Amino acid sequence: MKLDIQGVIKALDAVGRSLAENKDYLTELDSAIGDADHGINMNRGFQKVHDRLTAGSYADLGAVLKDVGMTLMGSVGGASGPLYGTMFMKMSSRLAGREELDTPSLAEAVEEGLKGIVALGRANLQDKTMVDSLTPAVEALKRAASEGLPLEAALESAVEAARTGMESTIPLVARKGRASYLGERSAGHQDPGATSVFLILSAILETAREETA
Amino acid sequence: MNGILVLSHSAQAARGIAEIASQMGGPDVPIAACGGTEDGGLGTSVTEVLAALEDLLSRAEGVLVVPDLGSAVLTARTALEILGERANRVMIADGPILEGAFMAAVAALMGGSLEGLAAVVEEAAGLKKLP
Repeated sequence: MKLDIQGVIKALDAVGRSLAENKDYLTELDSAIGDADHGINMNRGFQKVHDRLTAGSYADLGAVLKDVGMTLMGSVGGASGPLYGTMFMKMSSRLAGREELDTPSLAEAVEEGLKGIVALGRANLQDKTMVDSLTPAVEALKRAASEGLPLEAALESAVEAARTGMESTIPLVARKGRASYLGERSAGHQDPGATSVFLILSAILETAREETA
Repeated sequence: MNGILVLSHSAQAARGIAEIASQMGGPDVPIAACGGTEDGGLGTSVTEVLAALEDLLSRAEGVLVVPDLGSAVLTARTALEILGERANRVMIADGPILEGAFMAAVAALMGGSLEGLAAVVEEAAGLKKLP
């Protein structure tokens, strides 16, 4: 199964709802090791995305994701603005001209997005960042693409990989971002950015399930 | 003449630091301030930085961005990526925001190169205030 343009917009709306529901949770995680704004920032950004996508009309997925990226860059505020903004912009260039999202195109686009995030933020694995959940998710998507799995199954494996990656950040000492100023005190807390990656993928999976049901 | 963009998470801090730097640079050095989110909170916006850079580049040879903390750097880098070729006339400085912007304004007034401005911001990290 595939997601068409409306399906992808539905998935992004689901992401917005999930981030609104988890606003306090993300902010609580961020108040332990950061500046306590991740939930507020992500919620504000994706509400703006919702407004923008509702007002727009789109001929291809590239245009949808470009609007998402530009909106997040302008409205999120913290590091996640440029990071998620870059991710969606890089994804949009991979999806230009496409009207349907399938497993191979999703895997390629998310991999491109991850490369953009790493180039900008220069985080490595185990630095206690979003890269720790996004990298295993990309690997899962690529594996699913090479095995010819449908989108829903591919997303299921990506969500599980992201969950494991997210949980793996708990014992780590942060080496990037605001949390790195805390040094050893950052250990014992789950990274908010790794968590928002998991929430975003989970919301997209839910939409994929509804669309096939 | 090179210009300076003061980029802080706080709109008030950015404006205040730009004001202090402008006192040294005088009316000839283009100095702008960016900071805060659309709804008045703490943060930085790629869109706002992009607009400020485009404005400064229209009246300065080059622009030195002086950011405060980590994510301001990411915002500046992302804006440079979007600027494309024009980003060749922009550098991001690594040093204390207030002392750095202040020293860079002096260097700009004296006709310093963009690299020269970036160097004084780095040197500002070692500025001694108590004799």
